[in-house]
Amino acid sequence: MRALLIRELRLALRSGGGAGLGLAFFLIVVILVPFGVGPDSKILAKIAPGTLWIGALLACLLSLDRLFQADSEDGTLDILALSPLPLELLVAVKAFAHWLTTGLPLVIAAPVLAITLSLPGEVYFWLIASLAAGTPALSFIGAAGAAITVGVRRGGLLLSLLVLPLYIPTLIFGAKTATLAAEGGDPMPGLMLVLGLSLFTLALTPFAAAAALRSHLG
Amino acid sequence: MVLRGPNGAGKTTLLRVLAGLIPPQSGKVELRGIALENRDDYQDQITFAGHLDAIKPQLTVAENLRFWADLFDSKTFDQTLQEFRLSEIADRQAHTCSAGQKRRLGLARIAVTARPIWLLDEPTVSLDTETTAQFATLVDRHCAKGGMALIATHIDLALANATELRLEPLSAKARASLPESDPFLTGDWV
Amino acid sequence: MSIWELANPVRFMRLSGRVLPYVSVLTIVFLSVGLVWGFFFTPDDFRQGASVKIIYVHVPLAFLAINIYFMMFVTSLIWLIRRHHVSALAAKAAAPIGAFFTLAALISGALWGSTTWGTYWQWDPTLTSFLIMFIFYIGYIALWGSVDEPDKAADLTSILCLIGSVFAILSRYAVNFWSQGIHQGASLSLDKEENISNVFWLPLVTVMTGVFFLFLTLLLIRTRTEIRNRRITALQAREVL
Repeated sequence: MRALLIRELRLALRSGGGAGLGLAFFLIVVILVPFGVGPDSKILAKIAPGTLWIGALLACLLSLDRLFQADSEDGTLDILALSPLPLELLVAVKAFAHWLTTGLPLVIAAPVLAITLSLPGEVYFWLIASLAAGTPALSFIGAAGAAITVGVRRGGLLLSLLVLPLYIPTLIFGAKTATLAAEGGDPMPGLMLVLGLSLFTLALTPFAAAAALRSHLG
Repeated sequence: MVLRGPNGAGKTTLLRVLAGLIPPQSGKVELRGIALENRDDYQDQITFAGHLDAIKPQLTVAENLRFWADLFDSKTFDQTLQEFRLSEIADRQAHTCSAGQKRRLGLARIAVTARPIWLLDEPTVSLDTETTAQFATLVDRHCAKGGMALIATHIDLALANATELRLEPLSAKARASLPESDPFLTGDWV
Repeated sequence: MSIWELANPVRFMRLSGRVLPYVSVLTIVFLSVGLVWGFFFTPDDFRQGASVKIIYVHVPLAFLAINIYFMMFVTSLIWLIRRHHVSALAAKAAAPIGAFFTLAALISGALWGSTTWGTYWQWDPTLTSFLIMFIFYIGYIALWGSVDEPDKAADLTSILCLIGSVFAILSRYAVNFWSQGIHQGASLSLDKEENISNVFWLPLVTVMTGVFFLFLTLLLIRTRTEIRNRRITALQAREVL
């Protein structure tokens, strides 16, 4: 299990900056928003949490289609399926590695980008907290989507179509947490809901993904 | 045991069924009294190698092998590295290796898992004659130690005491006489 | 006869072929009676005027749209557990009907909303949920179209449908958390007190029955087509070999 995690991290770091690419994408999406809505810092501050959340979501999606595809193409998936590691655990480890290499950098980069969107100071904590609590859900839901679309025609495109609607609850709770904090409301229930959702997907999606992978092997 | 037969005879399918990757359409798979359904115990006995080498080009040769060794809880990592003459290229990234070297690495993976039964699908593709001979020796040695290998191949491996199993594609007539299992083909359609 | 006997394609074809004419006739009867009754023989609403009659299109379609998704959930589950081909094909056949009903409910709702709320669209929880459901339908249909092997396609779409159902319910609660609605509550409930008056209710139930039979008719036709398609593929495969 540790071997798998180490390998996943190594691969992500070596394959032409797989992790860095997601981060760069996040940067560009967030930077594009002021160009679209104008430089008014009041408007930008208002839409900052949502913008950062949508940016994180898209950046997460970017690297998902390689999650199982690469292993399926070079035959690794067959061997992994026959290893002593249960397929469910394998999915969980891979999704966790995906979060470490994609989700976590986003969480760290988000406050820096928030400055460019003039996010009010007291909201930073809640924004980071909601992203930290919510991005694992993005990786785990994405893993299920990636498992379904392995080796499927136009899989990458299909993956976005299937996974993005599934991201809606996470996006709502996550962005709402930060928005509530900005508006002076109590952000705690929102944060708890994001966290709950993450734990829920952690428990549920590995089974769905493993079932999909088994169907692909047969 | 060597598995032979023309393309489409079902060599790969048979190996994948035996590996437990595809459920058998009918019949039972059993290994030393352990049924295929008893997955953990069954798969502890086998190791499988398909057409593809399952090598990550971004990792070094040693890293590739180390991963499989760790995953399968193997202790013979260093020994295998030497046996397959991979020591001198251990620190090279796998994408700089030649096709033959990659194949050797792929075969080293099989050895490192230390399972009694090897299921190999075309293991000698892109190996030179020398390495092929070495591979045959390796299989012989594995079998001499009480192991077993089922190898699908087109070339003559010159193994010491191999039995040959020939698969032929079913003729149309034989196929027609088989009981039909597809519910969309059976029954009284109007 | 057990319902599982229908899992056999031959038996399903035979029975559905026999039932189909009756269901089609019922569709026409219920729909024409209900719609004529609703459109021409019910009074206008004292506030909404004639536009209230959109209810006879909007409510039945919306009601069916949700229940078709539920039906797909059940048939997907049956496929995953018992591997009955007809079940998977019924889910496949139902999806485009469900997607169309959802779209029609959204459009009829937008038209109704434009006269009563003064806007075609509002990010209201109910409306938003329907939009999300529409996207789910589209994704589900796209996945069926992208996988060639029929059994694998059935597996993958079933798994997607199960995950989708869970997240559809989550989304439903999430959008409530996110926005306060202007959409009214259910017009039909078993609790008589809350119901709209009988004058509207009876024709509405008639149309609803009609739309249900319409769905059943379309579903049977489409499932039969899917079964025939599968048989053609199977026959061709046998010939090639």
